[in-house]
Amino acid sequence: MSDHSTTYVPKSAFGKWFESRLPIAGLVHSSFIAFPVPRNLTYFWTFGAILVFMLVSQIVTGVFLAMYYTPNAALAFQSVEHIMRDVNYGWLIRYLHANGASMFFVAVYVHIFRNFYYGSYKAPREVLYILGVIIFLLMMATAFMGYVLPWGQMSFWGATVITNLFSAIPVVGETIVHYLWGGYSVGNPTLNRFFSLHYLLPFMIVGVVALHVWALHVPGQNNPTGIPIKSGKDAVPFTPYATIKDIFAVVVFMLFFAYWVFYMPNYLGHADNYIPANPAVTPSHIVPEWYFLPFYAILRAIPDKLGGVIAMGAAIVIWCFMPWLDTSKVRSTAYRPLYKQFFWIFVAVCITLGWLGSRPAEGWYVIASQICTAYYFAHFLIVLPVLGFVERPLPLPNSILESVMGVQKGGAGIPAGAASEPQTKG
Amino acid sequence: MAETTTHVAEPTRRDFLYIATGAAAAVGGATLVWPFIQSLAPDAATVAAGAPVEVDLAPIAPGQIVKVFWRGKLIFIRHRTPEEIKAAEDVNVASLRDPQPDSARVKEGKPQWLVVFGNCTHLGCVPLGQQGEYHGWFCPCHGSVFDTSGRVRGGPAPTNLPIPPYSFASDTKVIIGQEATA
Repeated sequence: MSDHSTTYVPKSAFGKWFESRLPIAGLVHSSFIAFPVPRNLTYFWTFGAILVFMLVSQIVTGVFLAMYYTPNAALAFQSVEHIMRDVNYGWLIRYLHANGASMFFVAVYVHIFRNFYYGSYKAPREVLYILGVIIFLLMMATAFMGYVLPWGQMSFWGATVITNLFSAIPVVGETIVHYLWGGYSVGNPTLNRFFSLHYLLPFMIVGVVALHVWALHVPGQNNPTGIPIKSGKDAVPFTPYATIKDIFAVVVFMLFFAYWVFYMPNYLGHADNYIPANPAVTPSHIVPEWYFLPFYAILRAIPDKLGGVIAMGAAIVIWCFMPWLDTSKVRSTAYRPLYKQFFWIFVAVCITLGWLGSRPAEGWYVIASQICTAYYFAHFLIVLPVLGFVERPLPLPNSILESVMGVQKGGAGIPAGAASEPQTKG
Repeated sequence: MAETTTHVAEPTRRDFLYIATGAAAAVGGATLVWPFIQSLAPDAATVAAGAPVEVDLAPIAPGQIVKVFWRGKLIFIRHRTPEEIKAAEDVNVASLRDPQPDSARVKEGKPQWLVVFGNCTHLGCVPLGQQGEYHGWFCPCHGSVFDTSGRVRGGPAPTNLPIPPYSFASDTKVIIGQEATA
């Protein structure tokens, strides 16, 4: 919470000297050591730490890849093969980076749906949440441009299709696309600038993540009950409780990550991307990476170029309005029996859209995409606003402590240790 | 004693200086952005590479589609068969999404030669020749269908395949990138 006091007192003489000049140790202490976190957080709340780990992992592997990669249309493909065959452990660094992008999106989707389920986007966390949406958009841009760099067939045609989305803009669309390409088609200038931006954007993500964490530390974390911390008994100190749990979750996630890297490193990619870019031939079935598929399905569901592009953009922009579209006063879906069903329908629709995005755009796939797209928007524009008025939520517990320990009757039935305030210890 | 007034009814010289300074900074900032934005545009070498290209038509058999590049963009040169020409001409133009008669898409007296840009007007994929309902082109990416005149007949593409500037130097030689000078 923003009003908690900094209890940090430097012990050494140097510590005191330094702290009076740059109080960074006190900031770290109040934010990541003494910071009170709800005692009922589940493992769904460890994905923030997992995402920080993935961001660092992508930057470290990326910086090393950039030492061996050549951003030139004539040399890029060869330089990637050089990394794979000649550079010591180049194969490992590249597979970590390529699969790392997918792992990053796995974690961010869990993080986003946890937020949807527990109503973390609601007041007072709207700004925190919208910063998260911005991070997601930056991630999409970064991932897209990174996928272009190997300059294989999927790179080239993915770049062509995505940049052509801007040509749907009336009047100036064509000019904008030429400015994006630096030419009259995707080519060497496009590859150069994508490499430059692919290196830049992750550091912009770091900046927005810092704001995201800052905004988180003002109201503190949401929790599975959705009710705020009311007393010290509802909370535990960040260290060791959240720190250790986050580290454990990151290690488990690393196992999952390593499985992909070592056992099926190309499963999430496309074989066509091992064919050098050829501007005269489009692969017979072009699809984006799995994490873009639901949005791709929405794009293709609309039988109009500009309409499709607008729908795809709106599918993400609409997230920003969720705090105001959701009229329910209850945050956590655990206490919203009706919304719980709609939430899972929404999850199913998103997964179905992802699957449809991987199918060719023909026959009943198109119709199914249209139905799912309509439902996707209806979830935000109809279900969220209406349910708040018609739903009768379950009774909320009086406190986080009560939800964990059961209803207190004069303190009986709760072990003394459990009811104590661990963050006041030592 | 000197007195500092923070609220005065009349604008002062200082107000004028604030606004003038702010305006100069805004104009200067906007001006400085210009060269950076312009640097993203196709550069001089790319524009220069747009010089016209000559293509020999003699080896192109009827029914064949040849791919060439001009300004880095793919171009189809299609030697249409009499049936394909007939199919392109026997169309109710008013019923098309982007209404254009076939005669407006070929050079007069040379209906067998169709020259069009080879990227789908939807999102830029390369459509496959002789495929789709009208045996013109079919785009594998998002299912746009084009007829033997390169006109959009189905799918999400908003317009016909555009025609590049070109002219015939002789019956068997075409210059792409240059209109005939009368």
